[in-house]
Amino acid sequence: MQVNEYKPKIVAFCCNWCSYAGADLAGSNRLSYPAEVKVIRVPCSCRVNPMFILRAFQRGADGVILCGCHPGDCHYTSGNYYTRRRMALLFSMLDYLGIEKERTRVEWVSAAEGAKFAATMNDFVQTVTALGENKRLEDLRCKK
Amino acid sequence: MQKITRDALIEKAQTLLDSGVVTRVLGWKKGDFDYDVTPALFTDIESMKKDFVFGDFCGANFSKYLLKETKKIGVEGKVLVFLKSCDTYSFNQLLTEHRFDREKVYAVGIPCDGMVDVNKIKAIVGDGIVSIDDSAEVIKVETLYDGVKELNKADILLERCANCKSRKHVAYDELMGEDGEVIDSNRFDEVEKLEKMSADERFAFWQNELSRCIRCNACRDVCPACTCEKCVFNNPNSGVENKAAANSFEEQMFHIIRAFHVAGRCTDCGECSRVCPQHIPLHLLNRKFIKDINSFYGDYQAGETVGSRAPLTNFTKEDLEPSEAVNREDK
Amino acid sequence: MQRIGVFVCWCGSNIAGTVDVVKVAEALKNEPGVVHSANYQYMCSQAGQELIKQAIKEHNLTGIVVCSCSPRMHEQTFRKTAAAAGLNPYMVEIANIREQCSWIHKDMAEGTEKAIVLGRTAIAKVNLNAPLTPGESPVTKRALVIGGGIAGIQTALDIADAGFEVDIVEKKPTIGGKMAQIDKTFPTLDCAACILTPKMVDVAQHEKIKIYSYSEVVDVKGFVGNFDVTIKRKARYVKEDVCTGCGLCTEKCPMKKVPNDFNLGMDNKRAIYIPFAQAVPKVATIDADYCNMLKNGKCGVCAKVCTANAIDYTQKDEFVEEKYGAIVAATGFNPISMDKFDEYAYSQSKDVITSLEFERLMNAAGPTAGKLLRPSDGKHPHTLVFVQCVGSRCASCAEKGKEYCSKICCMYTAKHAMLTRDKYPDTDVYVFYIDVRTPGKQFDEFYRRAVEEYGVHYIKGMVGKVSPEGEKLIVQGSDLIANKQLKIEADLVVLAAAIEPDKSARPLATMLTASMDTNDFFTEAHPKLRPVESPTAGVFLSGACQGPKDFPETVSQAGAAASKVIGLLSKDKLTGNPCVAHSDEMMCNGCSSCEKVCPYGAITYADKEFRGPNRTTLIRRVAQVNEAICQGCGCCTVACPSGAMDLKGFASKQIMAEVDAICK
Repeated sequence: MQVNEYKPKIVAFCCNWCSYAGADLAGSNRLSYPAEVKVIRVPCSCRVNPMFILRAFQRGADGVILCGCHPGDCHYTSGNYYTRRRMALLFSMLDYLGIEKERTRVEWVSAAEGAKFAATMNDFVQTVTALGENKRLEDLRCKK
Repeated sequence: MQKITRDALIEKAQTLLDSGVVTRVLGWKKGDFDYDVTPALFTDIESMKKDFVFGDFCGANFSKYLLKETKKIGVEGKVLVFLKSCDTYSFNQLLTEHRFDREKVYAVGIPCDGMVDVNKIKAIVGDGIVSIDDSAEVIKVETLYDGVKELNKADILLERCANCKSRKHVAYDELMGEDGEVIDSNRFDEVEKLEKMSADERFAFWQNELSRCIRCNACRDVCPACTCEKCVFNNPNSGVENKAAANSFEEQMFHIIRAFHVAGRCTDCGECSRVCPQHIPLHLLNRKFIKDINSFYGDYQAGETVGSRAPLTNFTKEDLEPSEAVNREDK
Repeated sequence: MQRIGVFVCWCGSNIAGTVDVVKVAEALKNEPGVVHSANYQYMCSQAGQELIKQAIKEHNLTGIVVCSCSPRMHEQTFRKTAAAAGLNPYMVEIANIREQCSWIHKDMAEGTEKAIVLGRTAIAKVNLNAPLTPGESPVTKRALVIGGGIAGIQTALDIADAGFEVDIVEKKPTIGGKMAQIDKTFPTLDCAACILTPKMVDVAQHEKIKIYSYSEVVDVKGFVGNFDVTIKRKARYVKEDVCTGCGLCTEKCPMKKVPNDFNLGMDNKRAIYIPFAQAVPKVATIDADYCNMLKNGKCGVCAKVCTANAIDYTQKDEFVEEKYGAIVAATGFNPISMDKFDEYAYSQSKDVITSLEFERLMNAAGPTAGKLLRPSDGKHPHTLVFVQCVGSRCASCAEKGKEYCSKICCMYTAKHAMLTRDKYPDTDVYVFYIDVRTPGKQFDEFYRRAVEEYGVHYIKGMVGKVSPEGEKLIVQGSDLIANKQLKIEADLVVLAAAIEPDKSARPLATMLTASMDTNDFFTEAHPKLRPVESPTAGVFLSGACQGPKDFPETVSQAGAAASKVIGLLSKDKLTGNPCVAHSDEMMCNGCSSCEKVCPYGAITYADKEFRGPNRTTLIRRVAQVNEAICQGCGCCTVACPSGAMDLKGFASKQIMAEVDAICK
C-alpha cells in the first residue's frame, strides 16, 4: 500500500469548441488520464486571463495547462492567435522569475484529438508530479 | 549637447503665456531638499520665476499628468508641458490610447543629457546632504559631516539615463535646442544576465528583490501606462484585489500582473524604478517583456508613433509557440 | 444568496459504475448555497427532468447544477427543463462527471472524489451566475448586394425569387462584370454572353430588384438585420429614367478618342457611351474626363441629338441612404498589373497581351469583331505562345505577384489554345506551364482534348524572357521534360496574369468590419463549415472576392450566399446569444485595446458624460459592446487592462471561483 502518495493539482482550461470536445472524445473512447486533471470550460482559449493562471498557482495548483483549437481553426477565427502571444510572454516571464517552466503549458487539441488530449494530460501530470509540490508559487495563506 | 537652462524655459513659458498660446505650465519645483524636485502646476509667470526649477533632478515624466490636466472643468486654454525625449514616447502612447486631448496641450521638447539618481549620490557621500549644485558637469554635493564633494555626473546617472534609449523627440509642438538620435543602448544587458542564470538563481534574485516590496503602489501610480480609471488591484471584483502583501507570492503576482498589463504599452520610461522607495529594479520586468516582444514579434517601440498596434493586440499566423518561447537557446 | 439544487445522474451504469453517485449527492449537500441534492438514474429522461422541475418549484431554487454527461450533450436539454419550471435557463451549470470522470477513471474512490470536486466547481460557479436574457433585434427585410457581376446577379436573383427585396450596387455603368467580357466558357464552350445576358435581363425586369449602377457604397453603419448604408450615385449626366438607350448620342459625340475600358483600351469609344450592346441598365453615361461640354462648356452635341431630352450636364453626385438586413459582398476580381513583369515585354510590345485582352480579341463584339489579329499591325498571327502562372504561385517574388494559385488560368488557357487551333488550323500554339491543374467536372477531359485533338504544344517549364525583334517576339523558355532551352519566334504572346481581389474590396471590408486575409480576399466565418459567411454577422460572401473561382463555382457560391441571406431575412427578429461581452463604463479607459482584438467589430466607442467632483460633468470615451454582433469569445476581456470588460456567463469572478474550487 502506498502511503501519502503525492498527487499534484492540475487545472486545465479548455476551449468549448475544440479542446473540451477533445476531452469529451477521450472520455467516449475510455482513454484514461489521471484524475488530478480538472477541466474548466471557457468559450475560447483567448478568454483565459493570465490572472486566472496566477490565481490557480496562488491557490495551490501545481500545474496549469491551457488547451485551444489549433492555430487557424479557432471557432472565433483569431482567438487562439492572441492566446499564443499572451501565453508566450507570460510563460517566458514566469521562467524569468525562476518558476519552473514545466508547470505551465499550452497545447492545441482539436475535437478529433481525444487520444492527444489523454496523452497530453498523462504527460503533463507525469512532468508536474516529477517536479513535486509547487512551493514557489503557492500562497500559504490560502492553504488549509 | 547644448544644455538648456532654467531661464530659457521660463522665458519660453513667459512668451507662450503672454501670447495666450497656453494658460498654465506643468513644471518642476523644489521640495524640501535640492534633490526631491516635484512636479507642479504654474498659472502665472511670477510664481514660476519664484519656484520653478530645472536641473539634474527633474526626472519626472509629465505625460501622465496631462490626463488630469486636460480633463479639468472650467479651465480654458492649453497647458504647456516640457517633455524630455523619453517622455515623448509616453506622450504618444497615451495619445494612441485616447487618454488625453491633444488639442489642449502645447508640448515643448527639451534636450536632456541624463538625470541624476540621488541614491547613487548617497551611496558615495553618505547621509546628511545639505545642498547640491548641479549647474556644471561636475556636481558639488555638500553634506553635514563631510563638507563639499565633487562627483562626475556620468557616475551618478539614473539607471534609465545611463542606458538612455533615445535622445530623439517623437512628439512636440516646438523643440528647444537640437534633436538627438535613437540610441542603440545596452538596456537589455541586465535582463540577459538574469536569463543566463539558473532558474534557482533567478528565483532567489527575484525573491530577494520583490520581498522588499511594501505595496506602496508608487510604481503603479507614477507609471504613464497605468492610467486605468480603476486599477484591478483596487477592484474587489477583479479577484486580485489586495492592499497589503501577505507573502512573497502576492508581490510576485502583483508585479507580474502589473508588468503584463503594460506589456507592449510600456515605453521603458523607467519611472517605476526611479520612484520605488525600496529600490526594486522594476524596469527589469518591463524590459523582459520588451526584449521578448522584440525577439518574438519583431522590434516594437511603444509610443514611437501615435496609433501603432501594440504587439498583444496583434498577431501573425507564424508566431512562435509558448513552448518555444521558454525553451529558446538564444533567449 | 442562491438557493441551489444539485442533481446527480447515474446515466445507468455509465456514471454509477465508477462513481458513487449517492455519496456525491450527499457530499455536495453541504456546499455553500445548496438547499437540495438528489440523484436519479437518468436525469435527461422525461422522469428525470420532471424531478428537476418539481424540485425547482418545491425548493424555490434559484440555480441548479446537474452532474451528468458533457454540457455539449445535454446543457440545452436542462436549460429548457429549467425554463419550463420558470427558472432562467442560464442559471443552469453542468458538472461533466461522465466523459471527464466516470468513463476515464476505473477506481471508484478516485472517480467519486473527482466527481465531488467537479460538482463543487459547478456549484461555485452557479453561485455567481446571474439570469441572462438574450437580446432581440428586428430584421429589415431587404438585402444589399455589392457588385453586379455574375456572383452578385445570381445572389440577387435567388434572394429576390424568394420574395425579398434586393438592391444591387455596381460601380460601373452596367452590371455584368467580368463575365460580360468573356468570349466562351470552359469546359462546354458555350458563349458567355448567351448565358449571362438573359440573367441580366431577369435582374432588370425583376420587381423585387433595384439596380444602383454607376454607384458605390460609401458608408455602412449598424449590424446584422439593421444596416444603414449610404450609396453614392455618381453623376452620369444622363437622366437614367428618361434615356431610352437608343445610342444615337454615342454615334454623334465628336470626342472619338476615349480609351474603351470594356475592351481593355484596345479600341476607342466616345465621351458618351453605352459599355456594350446588352448593357443593363441600357443607359448612356458621359465620361466627365473627356467630355468637352463638361470640361469647358463647348459642345452639347449629345443634348441636341437626344430626342428624349435625357442629357443633364448639371447633374451632381447623389447620396442615397437605405436600410438593409443583410449585405452580400460580390466585388469580384481583376487581373494583376503586368507592369512589374517586364521580362515578358508587356509594356514594350502591343503583341504581348493578357488573357483577358485575348478574350476581347476573340469576341465577336470585341475590337476586331472576333478576328484574331495582332494589336500592333492587324496581321493574322501564326505562332502563339501562352505563358501560364504569370504572377501566380509566386512565393519567391511576392513583391511582384501572388503566392496563391489563381485557379482559373489552366482551364482558360486550354480554352484559348483550343479555340485558336479550331478557328485557325494554320497556327502553332505553345503553352508554357508549371503544372496543369484540372480538378473539376469535365476539366481534365477538356485539357486532354486541347493536347490530343487540337495539337496544342504543352511545354512544362517557364518562359525566361520575351524580346521583340522586328515583327517577331523571341520567346526564350526552358523545357524541363526534354531538359533543353527553347527559342520560339512568336507572333503573339498571351500572359495568364494572376487575379487579385478588386481594389474596392479593402475599403469595403473596413466599412463592413469584415476581415480579410493578407491577399485582400474576404475571410470566411469558417473555412470549411461557413464558407459563404463573413465572421461579421449579416455579411455574406459571393464569388471571387472570397478567393479565385470559375463560373460554376461562383454561381453555386452565389446561390449558397443567397440561401443564407434568405434564412436571415425570413426571421422577424433575431435572438442573440446572451453570453456576450459587457463593458463597465465606470471602469473603461477608452484605450481601444478591446476593439483591436475583436474579430467581429462588435465594439464601438462613445463619449459619455460622467459625474465629476464638485457637481461637475466629465466626458470620457468608453467602449460599448453591440450584443447583436458579439459572439462571446471573450478575447476583449483579457486585452482590457482595467478589467472593465467582462463576459456574461463566463465572468472573471466565475472562472476564478471555479479555479478556487478545484484548488481547494
